[in-house]
Amino acid sequence: MSEPYIKLENICKSFGTVKANNNVSIDVNKGEILALLGENGSGKSTLVNMLSGIYQPDSGSIYLDGKLVSFKSPKDAIASGIGMVHQHFKLVDVFTAAENIIMGKQKNVFLSKKRMNEQIAQLNEKYGLSVTPDKKVYDMSVSEKQSVEIMKILYRGADVLILDEPTAVLTPQEIDALFDILRKMKAQGCSIIIITHKMAEVLSISDRVTVLRKGECIATVNTAETTPQKLTEMMVGSAVSLEIERPTTTLSEKPLLSVKNLLLKNIDDVPVINDMSFDVYGGEIVGVAGIAGSGQKELCEVIAGLCKANGGDILFDGGSILGLSPHAILKKGISMSFVPEDRLGMGLVAGMSITDNVILKSYNKNPGPFIDKKYAKSLAQQIVKDFDISTPSVNHQVKKLSGGNIQKVLLGREIWLSPRVLITAYPVRGLDIGASYNIYHILNEQKKKGVAVLFIGEDLDVLKSISDRLMVIHNGEIIDIVDPETVTKEDIGLMMLGHKKEEGDAV
Amino acid sequence: MDILNEISLFLQTSVQMGTHILFAIVGGIICERVGNMNLGIEGMMLMGAAVGFSVACATSNPLLAVLAAGAAGMLGALIYAVVTVTFRGNQVVTGLVLTIFGTGVAGFIGKSVSGNIIPENVTKTFAPYKIPVLSDIPIIGKALFDQSIYVQLAIIIAIAAFFYMKKTKWGLNMRAVGENPAAADASGINVTLYKYVHILMGGFLCGIGGAYLSVVFLTTWQDNVTAGAGWIAVALIIFSTWNPLKAILAAYLFGMLKGLNFKMQGWGIQVSSQLLDMIPYAATVIVLIIITLRKKKEYQPPKSLGNPYFREER
Repeated sequence: MSEPYIKLENICKSFGTVKANNNVSIDVNKGEILALLGENGSGKSTLVNMLSGIYQPDSGSIYLDGKLVSFKSPKDAIASGIGMVHQHFKLVDVFTAAENIIMGKQKNVFLSKKRMNEQIAQLNEKYGLSVTPDKKVYDMSVSEKQSVEIMKILYRGADVLILDEPTAVLTPQEIDALFDILRKMKAQGCSIIIITHKMAEVLSISDRVTVLRKGECIATVNTAETTPQKLTEMMVGSAVSLEIERPTTTLSEKPLLSVKNLLLKNIDDVPVINDMSFDVYGGEIVGVAGIAGSGQKELCEVIAGLCKANGGDILFDGGSILGLSPHAILKKGISMSFVPEDRLGMGLVAGMSITDNVILKSYNKNPGPFIDKKYAKSLAQQIVKDFDISTPSVNHQVKKLSGGNIQKVLLGREIWLSPRVLITAYPVRGLDIGASYNIYHILNEQKKKGVAVLFIGEDLDVLKSISDRLMVIHNGEIIDIVDPETVTKEDIGLMMLGHKKEEGDAV
Repeated sequence: MDILNEISLFLQTSVQMGTHILFAIVGGIICERVGNMNLGIEGMMLMGAAVGFSVACATSNPLLAVLAAGAAGMLGALIYAVVTVTFRGNQVVTGLVLTIFGTGVAGFIGKSVSGNIIPENVTKTFAPYKIPVLSDIPIIGKALFDQSIYVQLAIIIAIAAFFYMKKTKWGLNMRAVGENPAAADASGINVTLYKYVHILMGGFLCGIGGAYLSVVFLTTWQDNVTAGAGWIAVALIIFSTWNPLKAILAAYLFGMLKGLNFKMQGWGIQVSSQLLDMIPYAATVIVLIIITLRKKKEYQPPKSLGNPYFREER
């Protein structure tokens, strides 16, 4: 094989004292898909951000088609045909798809709707995309937005596409569609770099895999010649069991949490939770699967008392908790941890230290107006120790921790309150394998203690293996509660889209 | 017939009384559309008013006076842009300081020119002139076509700004910068350049808006000539939901209120002028409530308004 199309050689990049990339080298050929695999904070995003011109490397060189290049800004990278789909979409909400696609890259001074639509139709056809030019971004689903991002890059004539965790928020069906598009682009000679945590996807889509660990390049292997086990070992640096255990426990006699015909309407009077009824017993984990925005957040909030239900009832240990203040609900032993997309939005105050964040919820045990700093600090240290949070000190600002550690602080604080019902939404969002397994372990420990756990998750493989029962929701309604051991992922995917599985009915 | 004539005259005065505000609103909209809230409008208007007046007196050249006034506003905007864009300083504080600074500068310059009046050459250029036929249109004819060229310039600029923002690629790009600078950046738009250019453009318009008051409307120097018009403009930017076409409406509604104030005194109706002065603010509050309730995304402020942009921020 001749010279690779893109080559990054001995790239180094530091943020302050943290070495995000240390002598990293990767290369991609034309018509090839390279997967970048690595734990959180292993420097994958940093690396591709340098290729797309967002960051500049401290040292090292980037070659494109054999020529040394240097990108001062994303503009330079785009001009060289390199485009990136970011983990958080970079789209203007109030613009239409077409406007987002052409902005910054329009030759004619005056905008013409007709011309835009023609260009988009052409790209739709060439790569099998389906972008509606006139649709506003705020009206789009996640996968539609992603299509716009991809088309934006293709419109710029890019032949190098970088995707940063593109499948994190897609349903299995949407992932298949995305992969079809990627294969089509590959066939047209594009080079693709894809960052993902999901092993199955690495194996199905990539030609080669480069594994990063702690900012260093561990190995590059051909996908066909490797196994998930080997890749994980390279990622984590030691052997890790990929099995998620599902310990058997004795269930409590009566449900600890029971939701009856719950109804919640949003500000426009549209129901976001519609007639939901389910029970969670002590000693079990009930998984909740659903497309983002199907009512997960609202369900958490209404149980925790953060918003008022419009109908139905929520019983805790037989007594209604509807209408109680969040504080009273917390005191009863219902704990909620919600990890939003940006990880910091709910529950933690980014600019405060670990100690201050921990004490936020337990200050009630601290009489008088003054904070017992000593007690708070020892509490924080205990949580840091118990949950193996890596931080220079408990006085470190939460926003300066890595994503995994932030989530451990959030979950650790809730669990330390020793709740009887634990509601956790997306606790492993964006976490690497090692940290995720840690959290699964923590949840299982709680289950064994007899806690009723409601686990709202994203990764269907995980939901299937950790839950005792799996509830699939769509548009604020429960489609079905299924046995995770017998249901298939495809069926869950269909239910997430609102198709109720009928007996003997092939959907 | 008499009533019609009366209305037509009233509208003519209202337009004249809203013109400086129209310049300021359009300037402010352009600035806010790239994500920078500039509370220094009042300061830039005053600087433009003082510099425009001095240059008009010194040179008797109307064009030079207008350009100098625009340049003075731009200078204020440049200070603001350096602090808020390059150094990512707090926009609110910087804008407030700019207003205080501009008031000081205008007071200083004004001291040396007070007592002067605008030379005849300049007043003649900016005197109202009748466009035949069009100015005879009932009711609105006088308001639009029997006016100073300066007044018409304001309308033309507002329409041009609307067209620029909605129909050209630069307008699309500048709106993207104000909505989501990270997205604009990733699309290859030079965020810093766009912010500078449009903040300066806004400053230019505020400057000539101020000069309209001193050079055309009053033709003598008066301390603190804008009398808070810059603040009203800040409110009316919201009233016009960042749309230069609606800015025309907002500015002239304001002019009508002012005109009404005089009219009522003429009719012998006693209404406190302070009470009438409050109306634009009250109207803005009502509009704010309405756009918040309607939640129509197009009417919301540019999403990243007030936030500095730093590409490598994590």
